[in-house]
Amino acid sequence: MAAQKYVCEVCGYVYDPETNGPESGAESGTAFADLPADWVCPQCGAGKDQFSPV
Amino acid sequence: MADSFKAIKVTPSVYWVGAIDWDIRNFHGYLTSRGSTYNAFLVVGEKVTLIDTVKAAFKDEMFSRIASVVDPQKIDYIISNHAEMDHSGCLPDTIAAVNPEKVFTSRMGQKALVEHFHMDASSLTPVDEGETVDLGGKKFTFVETKMCHWPDSMVSYLHDEAVLFSQDAFGMHLASHERFIDELDRGVTDYEAMKYYANILTPLGSFIEKTLTKVASLDLKIDVVAPDHGPLLRRGEDIGGVIEKYTKWAKQPPTDKVVVVYDSMWGSSQKMARAIEEGLSDGGAKVKMFPMHDSHRSDVITDLLEAGGFVVGSATMNNGILPSIADVMCYLKGLKPRNLVGGAFGSYGWSGEAPKILNATLEEMGVEIAAAPLRVMYVPDDKQISKSREFGLNIAKKMMAKL
Ligand SMILES: Cc1cc2nc3c(=O)[nH]c(=O)nc-3n(C[C@H](O)[C@H](O)[C@H](O)COP(=O)(O)O)c2cc1C
Ligand SMILES: [Fe+2]
Ligand SMILES: [Fe+2]
Ligand SMILES: [Zn+2]
Repeated sequence: MAAQKYVCEVCGYVYDPETNGPESGAESGTAFADLPADWVCPQCGAGKDQFSPV
Repeated sequence: MADSFKAIKVTPSVYWVGAIDWDIRNFHGYLTSRGSTYNAFLVVGEKVTLIDTVKAAFKDEMFSRIASVVDPQKIDYIISNHAEMDHSGCLPDTIAAVNPEKVFTSRMGQKALVEHFHMDASSLTPVDEGETVDLGGKKFTFVETKMCHWPDSMVSYLHDEAVLFSQDAFGMHLASHERFIDELDRGVTDYEAMKYYANILTPLGSFIEKTLTKVASLDLKIDVVAPDHGPLLRRGEDIGGVIEKYTKWAKQPPTDKVVVVYDSMWGSSQKMARAIEEGLSDGGAKVKMFPMHDSHRSDVITDLLEAGGFVVGSATMNNGILPSIADVMCYLKGLKPRNLVGGAFGSYGWSGEAPKILNATLEEMGVEIAAAPLRVMYVPDDKQISKSREFGLNIAKKMMAKL
């Protein structure tokens, strides 16, 4: 099963654990839920609570 | 209600019903030397649609202009393209006064309006990306323009008359009775359009590029661009021209211009700045000097938008930089100008932190350092003036080599 992707409602950035690049600041394969609580959108700076599954 | 304000016809069914703010000079920290307008539009068909509103204080002016066309009670729909208060400030009052059937907004717009006015979310009708609606025979398509410049931003396209209601995009702060850009001085409108982009959109270049590509792929015929501030565009050359400029500004290609920003207490850093200017010019650069004791941060970013170099100088005060320089650097850092080379300088007395602090800020901003920080103890002598000139020359050479 493909890993769950999340989209930033603010700016449209998509966090995909399988293809996330260095811009995400996370190790490849990190599930969205496992990102640190203070992780922010690399495009617009919004917090994790502004993301929703897509 | 005052009835001196009249609507201005834009196309057979579109009227401008906004407000002219002749007085504003400080728009959230942006020096609006020529005032502004808050543009709202009425589309009159079998049904009446109001697009955006105005700043709260200008509600009467908007209602007076609406009343010159139709009884405001006849408004059936409102489209809110952007939730910022210069366009939504009197939305709650307008909804209460005209009781529209529907208020259309983007999904993020619905959220932002609720967070601003604490209104009932169900009083707003969120639209989907690319959704088309028929409002009394007038067909509109809504296109999301996320982060251009807020998360809620969208544009509305009126098919029948090929009008793009572009909210803050393609606008400028310019108060005038003339409603069309072709009726105004070209030098003034070119500058104010650039100043608007520079102060509002510079950090959002990647979003602007994506949005321009998306809108171009829709292949819309656009006869009129109706932004939320300043004059409207109705000539193909003006519309094509501004799109071309936005495409360029989103990329910020470097030029041969250097912006020099400085301040001084006893004139030594100023003497350095003057010598640096000579060196930069000797190196073939075009120099724009901003003495920050009496320059405005919003004019600095306007010049930086089309520059290739950025040099900053400050005397050292209390182990730090001067407040006027801190102000402009805080502002510029947030606006993230790109593709610049530069350096830092300043006079000092005993500890001399300012040039180092500024050099570090330049690095954080992604400015390529073309010369090590230049410091002079107290008043520069002839040799130090020559060094300053050389500092400028070296920066110009590195910058010109990249063009
Ligand atoms: C030019 C501009 C840029 C903004 N940038 C951000 C931002 O990067 N992040 C954010 O959370 N809010 C941003 N905002 C939204 C404001 O913080 C928000 O409107 C806030 O409610 C303003 O508070 P105030 O009424 O005290 O000025 C921005 C607003 C403007 C006008
Ligand atoms: Fe805005
Ligand atoms: Fe605006
Ligand atoms: Zn984001």
